[in-house]
Amino acid sequence: MSDNKTDVILKVNGKEYAIRVEPRRTLADALRDQCGLTGTNSGCEHGVCGSCTVIVDGDPVRSCLMFAVQVQGRQIRTIEGLADGDKLHPLQRAFIEHHGLQCGFCTPGFLMLAASVLEREPDINDEDLVEVLSSNLCRCTGYQNIIKAVRAAAAEMRAR
Amino acid sequence: MDAAKSGPGAAEKFVGRSVPRLEDLPLVTGRGRFAASIAFPHQLHMRVVRSNHAHGKIILIDASRALAAPGCVAVWTAADVTAIPPIEFRPTHIQGLEPYRQPVLARDFVRYVGEPVAVVFAEDSYQAEDAADLVVVEIEELPVLLSASQPPGEFEPGRDTEPAVIRKKYGDLDGAFRAAHAVVELDLSIGRHSGVPLETRGVVARYDTTRDVLELHGGTKRPHPNRDLLARMLGRSPASVHLYECHIGGGFGVRGEIYPEDVLVCAAALRLGRPVKWIEDRRENLMACNHSRQQRHRIRAAIDAEGRILGMDDEFFHDQGAYVRTHGARVPDMTAGMLPGPYRMPAFRVVGHFRLTNKTPAATYRGPGRYESTFVCERLLDAIAAKVGIDRVEVRRRNLIAKAEMPYTRPLDVLDTGMVLDSGDYAGMLDKVLARIGWNELQRQIKRRKAAGEAVGAGLAFFVEKSGLGPVDGVRVTVDATGTVEVLTGAASVGQGVETVIAQICADALGVDYRRVRVVHGRTDRIDFGFGAHAARVTVMTGSATHIAALKVRAKAIEIAASDFMEATADALDIVDGRIVRRNRTDGPSVTLAQIASALSPAAAIAKGREPGLSADGWFHTDHMTYPYGAHVAVVNVDRETGGVKVERYLAAYDVGVAVNPMLVEGQIVGSMVQGLGGALYEEFLYDESGTPLCVTFADYMQPTAHEVPHVDVLITEDAPSPLNPLGLKGAGESGITAVGAAIASAIDDAIGMPGAVTQLPVTPQRLREILNRAR
Repeated sequence: MSDNKTDVILKVNGKEYAIRVEPRRTLADALRDQCGLTGTNSGCEHGVCGSCTVIVDGDPVRSCLMFAVQVQGRQIRTIEGLADGDKLHPLQRAFIEHHGLQCGFCTPGFLMLAASVLEREPDINDEDLVEVLSSNLCRCTGYQNIIKAVRAAAAEMRAR
Repeated sequence: MDAAKSGPGAAEKFVGRSVPRLEDLPLVTGRGRFAASIAFPHQLHMRVVRSNHAHGKIILIDASRALAAPGCVAVWTAADVTAIPPIEFRPTHIQGLEPYRQPVLARDFVRYVGEPVAVVFAEDSYQAEDAADLVVVEIEELPVLLSASQPPGEFEPGRDTEPAVIRKKYGDLDGAFRAAHAVVELDLSIGRHSGVPLETRGVVARYDTTRDVLELHGGTKRPHPNRDLLARMLGRSPASVHLYECHIGGGFGVRGEIYPEDVLVCAAALRLGRPVKWIEDRRENLMACNHSRQQRHRIRAAIDAEGRILGMDDEFFHDQGAYVRTHGARVPDMTAGMLPGPYRMPAFRVVGHFRLTNKTPAATYRGPGRYESTFVCERLLDAIAAKVGIDRVEVRRRNLIAKAEMPYTRPLDVLDTGMVLDSGDYAGMLDKVLARIGWNELQRQIKRRKAAGEAVGAGLAFFVEKSGLGPVDGVRVTVDATGTVEVLTGAASVGQGVETVIAQICADALGVDYRRVRVVHGRTDRIDFGFGAHAARVTVMTGSATHIAALKVRAKAIEIAASDFMEATADALDIVDGRIVRRNRTDGPSVTLAQIASALSPAAAIAKGREPGLSADGWFHTDHMTYPYGAHVAVVNVDRETGGVKVERYLAAYDVGVAVNPMLVEGQIVGSMVQGLGGALYEEFLYDESGTPLCVTFADYMQPTAHEVPHVDVLITEDAPSPLNPLGLKGAGESGITAVGAAIASAIDDAIGMPGAVTQLPVTPQRLREILNRAR
């Protein structure tokens, strides 16, 4: 088969990645395989589990349901860009303190989902927060400590 | 040795504290190394071609178009792997299972949808998938068998689909039924569900010609037994096969077993001379990774007039799916052995039919056998209460084994070890649970709300777990010249916090900060021996061995400090935060563990006639498992129109003996409770009449989300430390799942005012509506 690849520039965590991919290549796979950003995990590849959640232009998206070519020129944020250098994001600290992770596979997706929601809606009420967090799956924690951690981080971020 | 016996003095203690995990930093920053993130130069990608038929004869496999596809390097069918034997199961006393083992690629027949028929190797995972689509498989359909409680069919000429029957019994059962005041009989079913970790399976194999070593990277629940098994299957020496564990996206009993794909990537790495990577997709995971649970029980109990059990008689049917996998018949064996739960039972008989069907093969899922047996036993207790006309709490009180009867020997065996309930205060647990939930007030509230028309109710379930499967575990604790402590263990991690817990135990015994302890696990090239992570055994077995080894290192360090550095007797010394100090004089002279380690470098040590290295091996041996226990209370609200069940409150109580890290124990309990809730209300692998699986996406296999999950109140008690190990430890990994199905069923019965209504898990809205409609 001839090379039917397309040149794409992905802007991820403020850095540009010039990659060449087939149009069918998902954003998740392009991030992992072409950009070497393997923190974004694929859990189902059909948009249900949310493990692959990244932030595109401020919105949480499932990178398994998006093609890399669709994201050309847009601002992408992944788990690798959440901390400020060595300084962890309040959500990352809260997940550690409140034991919001066990195996850690769903964690990048939950962190990016929560980060985008708290940036958009810092005063989100509890009920809405649980509603939002119910869009991702976790098989280890039973969610209790994830909810606790996000609440704690939200309070800290508001207090700033 | 005296110093070791008297233990550390002023040192900071870590056991018993909810210290943060050592594992978390890479996982919250996107630096986790899960199998899909492992890549080797020039690696090939494997894609499995799976059967679309539940049962049939393979007429033809044509790979010619696939082989011509871009990037395709090879296609294998059974004909290419004739030298590889079917996958073995663990040693077991149950005979006759061999003919039912699974070949790595289907030979002549396919027996479930999802069975590997061929494998494709290509340069890129997308190309491998494209090529796999071009493999033509022609199958002549055969009749399917989808129920284990139907009469067995033919597996192959001369062999039926019942590889084994599990039988256990003791006491005079006929006498018990003759003397009975009444007999209670139930027909109960548990659905087919499974661990379904969020990371699918994945392995990468490579062959290193310089060392003649085959490496397998990925989930390795039992690295050493898996190494030995792979070596045997591939005709290599175990020393030339190494397994490397990476980050694991959840285990739950299903990950890290030897599956066909694990063997195939290894064989391919050897034969094709390039690293081979296989990452499962979710659809494959839901039809090819082990299923679990599915059983039907016909149980009866003989009781006296007060509701005391005189005898229990159970016949059950275990739906094993298409082949016997690595666990052999362990799940039905555990179901049978654990069935009597925490109750006194003078006579007992169980007959378990271990039967094959044309579905995905089954094996263990967290709490294997106990989720099932606890549902059955606790349904029976509820039925006895209804029959005799006593309260559900009272019927349990009358039958629970008393504290004074501990240790309690039951003439049964579980996992080939005799059952001795080592310790427990079951009645005390019941009291604590009732007090914690406010049972009497809860009953009043329920009465008021029912009077107002609500369908709300509470359920209670008691359970006995098993943990700390022996017989032995060993670790090596070493302090290096920087003062860093290494615990080298043959255990494995499945994401449960093994490193933190083992570091805490080591830290206290040795006298260092737990953050100075590196726990090395899942590496067969570093240690020759290991049992892995399963059966809630790591904290108990590996923890005990760590305690023993660390005390030895402590004694060694103190002895050398006493003779060479401190001008003191050993019993005057202590180790505090990695420094050997005089007891109660932390400001006085001291020597660090790092200095002692340097003093024991080979040259220095030999010169003084000492064994080099500040290091010791610790071995822990046990003949018996330890049996934790607990009780759950559920409060549910049923929507009579939709059949939906909302769990309003949930209490999970558990006696863990000693909680090394209460935060992690609580995490295990809540996490496993929610998995149990999935099996009680939502999760089920369904098949149509042709044997086609209907739940192959997360949209069809319904797991709980943050939305469905109630707040789980956790009560951890430490009333009954195990007498079987030095720290009194009991396992926690399966602690929260065991009683969920039973408690939810009991609560739903109560809510709809129909004792005994729930006879099948999961209680889906459809099933509950059927129950409600029947009553109308």
